[in-house]
Parts: sequence; structure tokens; C-alpha cells
Amino acid sequence: MEKKATREAYGKALAEIGKDEKVVILDADLSGSTKSSEFKKVYPDRFFNMGIAESNMVDVAAGMALSGLKPYASSFAVFISGRAFEPVRQSICYQNLNVVLCGSHSGISVGEDGGSHQAVADIALMRSLPNMKVFVPADYNEAYSIVLATVEMEGPVYIRTSRAKSPIITEGKNFESARATILKSGNDISLIACGMMSYIALEAALLLKQEGIDVEVINSPSIKPLDTETVYTSAKKTKRVFTMEEHSVIGGLGSAVSEFLSENLPVYVHKIGIEDTFGESGTKDDLFCKFGFTKEAVAKRIKDRLNG
Amino acid sequence: MEDFKRLEEIAKTIRRNILTMLNKAGSGHSGGSLSITDILVALYFGGIMKYDAKNPDWEDRDRLVLSKGHACPALYATLAQAGFFDEELLWTLRQLGSPLQGHPDSKKLPGVEASTGSLGNGISQAVGMALAARVLKKRYNVFCIVGDGEMQEGLVYEALMAAGHYKLSNLIVIVDNNGLQIDGQCKDIMNVYPLKEKFEAFNFRTYEMSGHIYKNIIDTLTTAKRNVVSPTAVIARTVKGMGVSFMENRVEYHGVAPSDEELKKALKELG
Repeated sequence: MEKKATREAYGKALAEIGKDEKVVILDADLSGSTKSSEFKKVYPDRFFNMGIAESNMVDVAAGMALSGLKPYASSFAVFISGRAFEPVRQSICYQNLNVVLCGSHSGISVGEDGGSHQAVADIALMRSLPNMKVFVPADYNEAYSIVLATVEMEGPVYIRTSRAKSPIITEGKNFESARATILKSGNDISLIACGMMSYIALEAALLLKQEGIDVEVINSPSIKPLDTETVYTSAKKTKRVFTMEEHSVIGGLGSAVSEFLSENLPVYVHKIGIEDTFGESGTKDDLFCKFGFTKEAVAKRIKDRLNG
Repeated sequence: MEDFKRLEEIAKTIRRNILTMLNKAGSGHSGGSLSITDILVALYFGGIMKYDAKNPDWEDRDRLVLSKGHACPALYATLAQAGFFDEELLWTLRQLGSPLQGHPDSKKLPGVEASTGSLGNGISQAVGMALAARVLKKRYNVFCIVGDGEMQEGLVYEALMAAGHYKLSNLIVIVDNNGLQIDGQCKDIMNVYPLKEKFEAFNFRTYEMSGHIYKNIIDTLTTAKRNVVSPTAVIARTVKGMGVSFMENRVEYHGVAPSDEELKKALKELG
């Protein structure tokens, strides 16, 4: 199966949307890592390196949006959601500006750089802000499609990409906000995932199938707004929901699903994610083992929960 | 000289409106509004800025970003005077449903270029507007008023660094150097001085002027507009509470509106 990183799609898609002369790209000295450098190769006059100053980068993007441009600003997820949170709130979201923010190197799959650089709460932070949309692509194709779709989107958007390569599992055609897709239908439980967890969810579902558990796997790239219709329909059928994300269990996809279901269709929801802790150094694969992000660990956890 | 007389008259009306609207609101920032009044009058009525009050979104307009957003009563009274909206609106300051929010909201009021108030974010947005002109191939200027106290925010220096790096000659930063902040004198709370050298270190051309003498303000800002090689900073010596004797240089009036009694006294002084 072909493997590519979602951050690579961000760069490629920027180069594509650059034909729109309103599009400007900002980065904070990480353009080679976030891949926004791909845009610079084609449109150097509309690429602005703002140096290691993420807060100013976000405010500059706001000022550009107020002047009629369509800025895309990127950095590591931990910096753009953390260091720059205040201007994201005060300037981008408060004014509901047409700015797209991209946080790359999200989650523990960053690997060796360690816990200081692994964003585990960025979805929670961004999701909590009024007007902000939050998208987490499952793979390269979906990331590419998301970037294309954001050109015409009104209001602020946060796109979460990853450093590590992961298998391509979607066609990634015509992304729409608030739309989840069923990767595998099933009747016993609903497993709702985002990011590269969607692939692991699919693999875990195949393992569980051998044990007689029929899992419906849903890929939900749009954390906010959530595809409540798909979540509702699936939860009504299975009555047992599991969520899976490379993010804290506090405030991410699992929380969004729980918040919706608790008010509209109270069913059992179990959240698989990072258990209110920070990451650490290691290879991506070693970290995924330690944090329980393997198909075997996920399948076992779901089985234990169903038996418990 | 006669023209300056006209500006002084406009400033008097604006100061009266600032105090009246603050009194009606029952809260707000008197001192810092009065210290920037003459600068705003020079910008909007002294021929410095090009704008069209009837077409506030005109693409080629000059922009003013009030980075020290808490001084917005002065901006609101100036915009009303310039015809951006009806003067009656001023009396709704800080009330539920009013477009005149406690701090400027660009989505609610014509003429407000950026939402500000969280200090440091205004000047960074102004840098974005100035840089955007380069992409859009426009020739507008961006004026930005920052407080001297505001210059304690680290974000200000990220903005200055970017402005210097990109040689944003269409950016003119004006410092309202009234020397006071809410807890006391700037030099005592957190010594932010010297200011001029800080701007120069970030490759700004820097001027000092009185923030209350029209000839000085207009000459300096006219010179600043002619700079085509670097961003410009203008450090304006101002008096907090300017124009009202019992408010002048009094830190107590940073975030306090005049009472009915004080308003009466102040309006009498202003004549």
C-alpha cells in the first residue's frame, strides 16, 4: 500500500491553489518541514517567511485577510495552537477571518523530537474557539482535497497534518465540511476515527471481524463541524461507540462525539487516544506500541470493553 | 495658522463627545483617549490620511489601526465626526447591542480597520496590512497607534522585526508616549524606555514630536509619509487626560469614566 505524509499533500496543494492571486503563504522558519516551501518554488513573491515568531505570523495573516487576501499560515501544530493561541483567538477567530492555519507534526508520530514538540491538545484548543473549523485528514489524498476546498471556505480553518508517512485509504475527492465517510459498514459497534488512526481503525476492524465482532468504521476528518447525521445513524444502529485519535482524550474527536451523543442519543462511548499525558522521544512505531495505537492493541481494548 | 484653529475646534468637540459618551457608559478609558485625540484629529482632518467615510471599504484608503484599543472612545468620536456613522450612535457606547464595543470590533463598526484591545495584536495586524499592499500592488499607508505601556508586550517586537525586515515604508507607527499605565508610571512598572533606540534597532526611521501641537504633528507625519525606504516610527510626547485639568497626568483616570459632576466641570473647561 502506498504511503505518504499528509504534510506533503499540504505543500503540493498549496502549489496548486497558488494560481489564485489572492492566496498568500506564511511560515515561521519551518517551511521545509510543513512543506509550505512547495508554494515558494512556484510563487516566491507570495510566500512570506516570518521567522521564528509564530504569534506575529498569525496576526500578519489576519492583517492580510482584512486587506482582501487569502492567507495560509503554517508551523508545527504545537506552536501554532499553543504559542500563537492568543492571536488566533483575538485576531483570526474574533474577526471571523478567512485564514487557514496548518499545524504539521501533530501527535506522537512526530517521534524522536519528543514531548515538547508533540501536539496532544491542539484539536481541543482550536475546537474551543468560536468560528474555527477543525479538519484532520486521514491520509495524503484527503489532506490534498481539504486544502483545495478551503480556498472558497468562509471563516477560519485549522488543518492538522502529520510528519510520518501513512497508508492512503481514501480517494479524497471533493472534501466537504461536516462530512464523515463510512470506510467499512458493520452492525455491532461504531468506531469513529480521524487522522492516521483511521487506517489503524480499519485494520483493527478486520481483526475483530475474525472474532465475530462486526465493526462500522467511520472516518471523520471534520471534527468541527462534526457530521452529526452519520454519527447519529451509526450510533443508533450499534448503540456502542468507540472513538480513536492521535490526540488527548480530553477535547478532541472523542469529546466532540460524546458531547453530541450525550445530548441527542445517550449511548456508551469509549475514547481511545492519549490518556491525559505528554509524549516522549522514540521512533513512531515504538511510540505507537507504547500508546496502544496498533491494530492488535486497539482490537484487544475494544474486546475487553465489550466483555467488561 | 488659521487651519490649525479649525483642527483645535474639531478636537474640542471630539473631547466633549469622548467625555460625554464615557459618562453615559459609566465605564471606559478616559486618560488614554484624551492623549491621542489631537493625533487622530491631525490624521483624519489635517490632510494626512486619505479615506472616504461614505465608502469605508475603498481599497485604496489609508488604514488606521488603534493598537491601544482601550482608547477607542477617541476613535469612535473621530469617526463619527468624519462622517462614518451618525453621532447619535456615540451615546450607545458599551451598551448591549451597540456596534461601539468596549474595545474596537472591525465587524461591527465602519471605519474600524481591525479588532484590537489585546495589546500587541494591533501592530502585528497593521504589519500584515502594510505587507498586503505589496501583494495587491496598492499604494496605501497604514498608520498604527500604540501605547508606551503597550510596548511592554513582547509581540510588539516581533511586529517591529517583521516591519523592518520587509522594509514596510507604508507603515507609520505612532507611540502615544504619555508615560502612564494602569498601575502607575511606565518607568516604574516595567521600564520600557528608551523607545527611540528600540525602533532604530529594528531599522525604523524614527522621529519625536509633540502629540498636541498641530503644526508639529502634521509636519512630522507628512515627512513620515515621504519615507520610501523603511518603516517610520513617531514617538509622540503626550499628556494623559489632555484638555481636562483634573485628569491631566493622573493615573487614576486610566480606566475610569467621569462622574456627572466631573463631566460638568470638564465640559465647562473645554468651553
